[in-house]
Formats: sequence, C-alpha cells, structure tokens
Amino acid sequence: MKYPHDTFPGGLKLAGHKAISNQQAIQEAPLSKHFVLPLHQHIGEASLPNVGVGDKVLKGQKIASAQDYVSVPLHAPTSGTIIDISEQPIPHPSGLSAPCITLEADGKDEWINLDPVADFTTLSEHEIRQRIRDAGIVGLGGAGFPSFIKLNPHTHHHVETLIINGIECEPYITCDDMLMRERADKIIAGIVIIRRALRVKQCIIAIEDNKPEAATAMQQAIENRSDIGDTDVMVIPTRYPAGSEKQLVQAVTGKTVPSGGLPLDVSIVCHNVGTCYAIAQAIFHGEPLISRIVTVTGEAVDKPRNFETLIGTPINLLLEHCGSKLSEDDHLIMGGPMMGFELLRYDLPVIKTCNCVLTRISSSKPKPQPLPCIRCGDCAVACPVSLLPQQLYWYTRANDLEKARDYNLFDCIECGCCSYVCPSEIPLVQYFRYAKTEAMTIEAEKRKSEHARDRYDTRLARIALEKEEKAERQRQRKAALAASKKAAEAEKQAEQQDTPT
Amino acid sequence: MKLFGLTSPFLVGNSRVTKHMIQLLLALIPALGALVYYFGYGVLINLIFATIVALLVEAFMLHLRGRPLKPFLTDGSAIVTAVLLALALPSLAPWWLTVIGIIFAIVFAKHLYGGLGYNPFNPAMAAYVLLLISFPVEMTSWLPVNSINDHPLSFTHTFQAIFSGQLPAGLTLDTISGATPLDEMKTAIGQSVDPIFVTNHKLYGMIGGKGWEVVNLCFLIGGLFLIYRRVISWHIPVAMLASLALISSITYFITPHTSATPLLHLLSGGTMICVFFIATDPVTASTTLRGRLIFGAGIGLLTYIIRVWGGYADGIAFAVLLMNMLVPTIDYYTQPVTYGHKK
Repeated sequence: MKYPHDTFPGGLKLAGHKAISNQQAIQEAPLSKHFVLPLHQHIGEASLPNVGVGDKVLKGQKIASAQDYVSVPLHAPTSGTIIDISEQPIPHPSGLSAPCITLEADGKDEWINLDPVADFTTLSEHEIRQRIRDAGIVGLGGAGFPSFIKLNPHTHHHVETLIINGIECEPYITCDDMLMRERADKIIAGIVIIRRALRVKQCIIAIEDNKPEAATAMQQAIENRSDIGDTDVMVIPTRYPAGSEKQLVQAVTGKTVPSGGLPLDVSIVCHNVGTCYAIAQAIFHGEPLISRIVTVTGEAVDKPRNFETLIGTPINLLLEHCGSKLSEDDHLIMGGPMMGFELLRYDLPVIKTCNCVLTRISSSKPKPQPLPCIRCGDCAVACPVSLLPQQLYWYTRANDLEKARDYNLFDCIECGCCSYVCPSEIPLVQYFRYAKTEAMTIEAEKRKSEHARDRYDTRLARIALEKEEKAERQRQRKAALAASKKAAEAEKQAEQQDTPT
Repeated sequence: MKLFGLTSPFLVGNSRVTKHMIQLLLALIPALGALVYYFGYGVLINLIFATIVALLVEAFMLHLRGRPLKPFLTDGSAIVTAVLLALALPSLAPWWLTVIGIIFAIVFAKHLYGGLGYNPFNPAMAAYVLLLISFPVEMTSWLPVNSINDHPLSFTHTFQAIFSGQLPAGLTLDTISGATPLDEMKTAIGQSVDPIFVTNHKLYGMIGGKGWEVVNLCFLIGGLFLIYRRVISWHIPVAMLASLALISSITYFITPHTSATPLLHLLSGGTMICVFFIATDPVTASTTLRGRLIFGAGIGLLTYIIRVWGGYADGIAFAVLLMNMLVPTIDYYTQPVTYGHKK
C-alpha cells in the first residue's frame, strides 16, 4: 500500500452517509418492460440508430453506431422489439428531451452471440481500443468521456502513471465501493488490459480511507494476479472533492494539470473503477456496456442498496423495488448531493453515467433568501482550485465577465464547496455556471461578429478590386480603340498619300 | 414532486452570518465584565443605549432603502457595530456622543455605501475617528481605573452624568477623569519625568497599564475563542500582534529608557479589541490569506507609528481605516495561484 504524495488545498470534510446503502450486496435490478435509450449518453457526437421501428433485437446487439471519432455505439440492454425512435425526456440538468430508442422487452433476455477473448495478449493495442469502443464504454465516474480515446495517447505523450479512481468522494454514493468489494478481480483484470493498451510502468488505485473493505479487497486482488506489474493501492484521506480528476492527480502525484489541459499533459491517465470493470467484461466476456451499478439511497426509500441495472431501466422501477416512500415534498437527484442534478420526473431512464439515484436528504433545505456577501473568505479557503469565489461573485453580479475571466472563472470545477460553506447562503456555483455560459455566449458572438466584419471587409475589397479591374479593362480598351483609330487614320492618310492625285 | 429550483450543491453547511455575529458578541462578554469592573456602569449603559439606537437607525435606513427589515435586523451586524463602538467610548461619554457616533456609523459608513457587505471602512472605527476629531475632550475623558479612582460614581450618578451631563456636587469631568496609560506614554516620550515605563508608576499594573492589561487580556481570551470556533481566522490577529510586538521590541531594545515595553503596547488602549474584533471584520479586511497577513501587519505598524510619533494617544482607529483603504490593492496583488496556473 502507498501513501498520498501531496494534498490539494481546501475541500470539505462531509458526512459520508455511505452506510445507508453499502450494507447489502449488489442486487440485480428487475427486468423492465420498456427501456428508453438516449442516443447521446456520452461526451461527443450522439450515436446514429441502425435499427428501425419494429425490428427485433437481441440482448447486446448494436442498435446505434458511433458517429465521428468522439462517439461510441449503443447496445440493446435486453432482447425485444424496437417500438419507437423519437424525442423523449432524458435525465439532464436542462430537463429537455432528446432523441431516444425505445425498446419493448420480450422477457426472454436472450443474448446475441458474443465474442470473448480468452487470451488478451494476442490482441494488439489497436484491437483492444477497437473492442472497447465497440462495446460502447464511456467513463463511468460521471463525465461519460469515450474510454477508448483515453487509451490512445498521441505518440509524443509518454504515459508514466495510470491512476484508477476508486475515491467516490460524494456523500451517499456507494456503487464504486460495492463494486470494489465484490468484484475486485474483474476490476484488476480490466486494469491489466488498460496497462497493456497504454504501456504504463506504474499504476495506482486510489481509494478514500472511509472504504477500508474496498481497499483490502483490491489489495487482495492485486496479490492474486501475477501479470499486474507495478500496481498499488493508495489510501487517500477522505475529503471532498478528492475524486475530482485534477484533485486526484494532485493528491496522488503532487503534479497539477495545466489550466485547460488534460492529465495526459503531465503523463497521467485516470480511469474509474467502474470503467475498468466494464473493460474486463468487454474483453473477457465480449459483453458490451449494457448495465452498470446504480446506488439507490436517501431517506425516502425503505431498502436503500446498489443495483446492477440495465441501461434504459426507468428510475421509478428501481425506486419501487426499494420501497419508495417518496411524497409530494421530496426531491429526486441523479448523482451525488454536491454535484448531481435534480430530476424533473420519476420515469426517466438510467443512463451510462448514472451512478446514483438520491431521494430525500435531511440536511438539504430549500435555501432562504441569501444575505449579502460579507467577504469572509471562507469560500476561498474551501476552494480546491484556489480561486477567490468572493471576487468571482462580485464581478459576476456586476456582469463584469471580463474581470471574472481574469480571476480564472473557467478553472472553476463547480464542486460546490464555496456554496456549502457560505454563511450568507449565496448560491455561488449557480452564479458561476451562469457566468461561464454568458462568457461563452459573448465569446461566440464576438467571433461571429468578427467573422461578419471580415466578410464585409473582404467584400468591400473585392468590389474595389473588381471596380479597379473594370476601370483598367476600360482604359485598355480605350487605349486599344484609340490606337486602332490612330492606326486606321494613319492607314487612311497613307492611302490618301498613296492615291495618285 | 417538489423542485429546489436550484442547481447543485444540494447540501448546505451550518455556517450562518447571524451565528457568527452571536458568537462574536459572546466573545466580548469577559472584556465587557472587565471594563465595567474597572470603569464603572457607564460602559454597560453606553452599550445598551448604543444598541437600541443602532437598531432604530438600521430599521430606518432599511425602510428608506426599501429593504426587508427582518433578515437584516436579525443578522446582528448593527448590534456588533454598536457594541464595538460603545466599548471604545469612555465610560462617561454623554448620550449625544453615542447617538452621533451610531448615526454616522450606520447611515454614512454603512448604508450610504450599500449596507452590509459593501462598506469599505469599518463603521465602528469610522464613527470613533469622527468623534475623536470632533469632540476630543469628551472622547479622551477616561475615568481612572477603580483602584485609583478617588470619586467612584454610583449607577444612578453614572446614568445622570451620561443623560443629563450632571455630576454629583463638587465634581467636574476634569476632576474625576485622568490620563490613560497611553496618554501618559505620549507625555513621557521625549521627557524623562516620571515615565510610565518605570514599573512603579501609579498607572503601571502587573505587566502593562493598570486595569487596561486585564481588559486587553479579556479581549484576547474572547479572540482565542473566536479562532477556536473558526469565526475568524488566525492570520490578521497573528500578523498584527507580531508586527506591533516586533517594532516595539526593536525600539525598546535601542532606547529602553524612553520607550514603552512591548507588553505595554500589546496590553494597552484598544490593541486587543482591534486585533480580534475590529481588524478581523471580514467586510473591510483583506480576503486573501496572504493579504490578511499584510493587512494585519500594516495595522500593527501604523498603530505603533501613530502612538509614538503621531498626534493621538492611540492610533488604532486611524491605522484600521488607513489599511481599509489599501484592501482592494492588497487583495489584487495577493491572489492565490489557481490550480493549473503558473506562479
């Protein structure tokens, strides 16, 4: 076991509330009758349906293909019939609808022919990446970035360290915790594959110290495997947001990712434990990503626990299965209480990036009217990226977004620490989200108007040039005319002279 | 199904402005007790009177500005301003002095700048300086500490003195008031007649000025409580105490016979109330951590300069206001390096 190299500034010691949901083994979620599968569950381009309404599909069959490089395909979570391809409400902070494939299950749950690889060492790095891409695997920690891209560093980048993120720093969520406890061998198998694709020397599995069972299980799994190489478990002190990629890099290696850059810029690649598991499933069993572990927790469910859930399963099916006591006054959050978002309805589907469905949480109350900022600076102390939220807030309120950018607005990771500690209860993160969107809109408009001005200038120049060319042509024509006239006259004269009188 | 109507985070901490203000007031209790013990009931009368006036003025201003009364009257900021000003006034300060001070603090120094959170100057200190410049006699008429006070006043007499200006027969403000240790230090600088720096001087207590040393130690205890409760951070107090101690130690080391001891500086006048309760006012202090160190050190330094070489016995209030002016500049140049940026 290794100990953290460094730490990040600020952060919060939050009550974990993990024991609510990690006391029971992972259960298989009940099979739903209908599955709604959004085509855009990852960062990048949406996938493109390759089935039509009425088509019969088998479990694991590809139903939408990747469009463009930053994109992954989508697979049927069970066997059945495609009954609809249309816009449906999806779990998203905007509450908007997006194109989805709706599948009616036939109840047989019949797999397509799978293509497992017994000995992955026979695969080239490219083949590994291709299989991972074909399996529709994206980062399961929350961002949903297509994983194969993170296994394909450019040739000039040499990856030194692979960090496996088993931190799970958000309160209430325990899906990674349970996965590590119960399926550590599979996670390690996935790590072996990633190590091969990236050719890294060193790998560190970072786990917060509030998950000793998970750390022990992972350590055991490392010892059970001979081909794992230099891989260690590192136990990190529990402090939110240690699981945020940039903070994790700092805690594990002491390095910081350059602003606007990627961990790859400092020779590091991070993957979540859930992603490692999915990679192992894809290579060793040939199974695409059609399910994930989802924590269903909070005080409004009788039996909070973790479910192995097929993607597309409606959330209310999980809630019912847990003995939901949701009342009119309750809220529903997807993700954790610090960075999750509110769901506007109960029947939204589980998507690839859905790690937790959180019902009532006692310590969250609708906030009263905020008081003015008293510049106490608690937010700056809590900020894990060393921003000055009080200054950002000041400039955002004044709509001075240029100044807010000077104070590194775009380095804000929206972790919520500042809002949490604010004694005036100002929703700071909400202000910063607004400021970022506004600043980007202004930037886009500026670019657009610059483009329009350029076009206008070019047009003027072109017209001027054409005019000049026309004038030049006219001049030439006139000159030619004059010359020919002259010549004609001269000829005439000559003729006259020639003509004998 | 109900909606927050807000984006994340959905968890809220338990830090509240009002809670901070209440703890601040609690932390002032030991020093209040000491002040009453050494300087009579006048301190308590001033404090209660100032609080009532402050709440009335605050309510009036909120009404004029069309702001809700309840959240702003209960945030405690007006009370804290009133209490801090009252503790800084001499115990027999006439009632109108308090009223003028409070009106200036709340109306001019606070609401005309935009109210809570927007004032660049500490309201209590702005009012204190206004009063000190405008009414020097009333503002410097301190009673001697009780043990050397020949004319202790009863509660009724104190009340009468404050509200009607009448002292018991045969007494005038001149006869009952006396020099403070800092006044004595000011007079002693440059002369070598019976200086306060001699430990058997009648105004010298155990380690600092008689009575004042205890009052200051009580403020120190309250301040440590605030740091322990994380109502204030240690940066400003430590920087201010360190800079004041350092410069007074240097001059004491060079000219021991004509300089006050560092302890006398640390435990006299308004040092400790300023260190923990005034310089740490979040609204008017620097907000960056490095900035706070500079801010605190600046106040300590200016305090010493004004006390020893300036025209006033205690330079604390001026030092605070001068450093308040520098806050935007200090904050600008002491921004922390954001993650992923180069120094």
